[in-house]
Amino acid sequence: MEKQAGTLTVKKGLAQMLKGGVIMDVVTPEHAVIAEGAGAVAVMALERVPADIRKDGGVARMSDPALILEIMSAVTIPVMAKCRIGHFVEAQILESLGVDYIDESEVLSPADDAHHIDKHIFEVPFVCGCRDLGEALRRIGEGAAMIRTKGEAGTGDVIEAVRHARSVLGEIRRLREMPDEELMAYAKHLGAPVDLVRETKELGKLPVVNFAAGGLATPADAALMMQLGVDGVFVGSGIFKSGDPPLRGKAIVEAVTHYNDPEMLAEISKGLGDPMVGIGVSSIPEEERLAVRGW
Amino acid sequence: MRVGVLALQGDFREHTEILSGLGMEAVEVRTAKHLQGCDSLIIPGGESTTIAKLADAFELMGPLREFGDRHPIWGTCAGAILLSQGAQREQPLLGLMDITVQRNAFGRQVDSFETELQVSELEVPEKPFRAVFIRAPLISRVGENVEVICRLPTNRESTDDGIVAARQGKFLATCFHPELTEDPRFHQYFIQMAQE
Repeated sequence: MEKQAGTLTVKKGLAQMLKGGVIMDVVTPEHAVIAEGAGAVAVMALERVPADIRKDGGVARMSDPALILEIMSAVTIPVMAKCRIGHFVEAQILESLGVDYIDESEVLSPADDAHHIDKHIFEVPFVCGCRDLGEALRRIGEGAAMIRTKGEAGTGDVIEAVRHARSVLGEIRRLREMPDEELMAYAKHLGAPVDLVRETKELGKLPVVNFAAGGLATPADAALMMQLGVDGVFVGSGIFKSGDPPLRGKAIVEAVTHYNDPEMLAEISKGLGDPMVGIGVSSIPEEERLAVRGW
Repeated sequence: MRVGVLALQGDFREHTEILSGLGMEAVEVRTAKHLQGCDSLIIPGGESTTIAKLADAFELMGPLREFGDRHPIWGTCAGAILLSQGAQREQPLLGLMDITVQRNAFGRQVDSFETELQVSELEVPEKPFRAVFIRAPLISRVGENVEVICRLPTNRESTDDGIVAARQGKFLATCFHPELTEDPRFHQYFIQMAQE
């Protein structure tokens, strides 16, 4: 029997191994080592964390391949990297580097205002952001093997992460109760492939692993998202923009394991130093929000 | 039988679902207290460094070793690494099995794969077992008391000659993920092993 690489089972499988874990944004190999030491299940290799992308403005692109390779050789855990929405050549480059997952991400400037990447044709798996069930199922239809709710990256404000997780999980709860004859109209309403709508109803959950992202800054934020029903969390600026990244990173990892145990969470949350300062999402004008990118 | 599944991180729910389907009582284990009343334990797939750090932080390494003195344990992928005595780098391990593993032996995620294995210990042995290898380790050394259950069929690539499943008494290590497939035969094998 031949070995079959790049199958959907293999692509989805790595995301299943990351469940109950924290994926941390890192901008240097030193950060990556700190993240691994704190217990991260994977790192996201970036040139700038979202808080800095937001502050600096300009066009945000795929990171320098040299930096990504340095980060890959610094740690043994999986390394993810971001490409722009629709920029399939950046994705080809990342695949050739051997990154373990590609994030087709709204945090970077979109390269295409109508189409995402056809992710089926890649052997490397993709994770994509979503704000609602329709967007999640469109990305899965394009071949995403993992989904993350978007939140609002680089803010340290968890409100959008909560909104998006409630939206996706609430729509799935409604779908579970829906009679089969209503699925086609619901698929039309969602703008999603009807086969995936049917599969989601049967499973009672998304057909791929679903993490939360965008604005998580504390162990309590991470546990909140876990209790809402996601499989794990991404923490971007929240760790390396805080006063004590190793300590906060470790605490967030522990909070994701013990998300249902308030006494344990109280212990974990003690004496972590300053969290990232953050900006309230309501003070950000609509056109500067990252989550609206994605079609 | 009550089967604990270590639920610090990883794909523990895939294991509990298969166990429930086989009529077993499956319990998620996050603290030493949760081990009480379990007859056996599964350590799931996940990131071995993360699982080991969490086990260390919450003082589970000692209780897990003590549990292994009396009860059967099965480790899949990251779990197999935890059962081993050496992973060719510094990381906390349980050291319950006389094996050494090589982490990420096949390479990165683009080198992950699925394949079919012939496993004579399983029910209906002529039916191949679909095995999913995700950034998988290999068992690079086995001690005298360790029985090799399965090797990966050799082909041109040199790493293919490796041991991917092994048993030492009441301990079982698999480098792949039976919990990611619909085939419950490895779980049945472990349950049978635990009842011996």
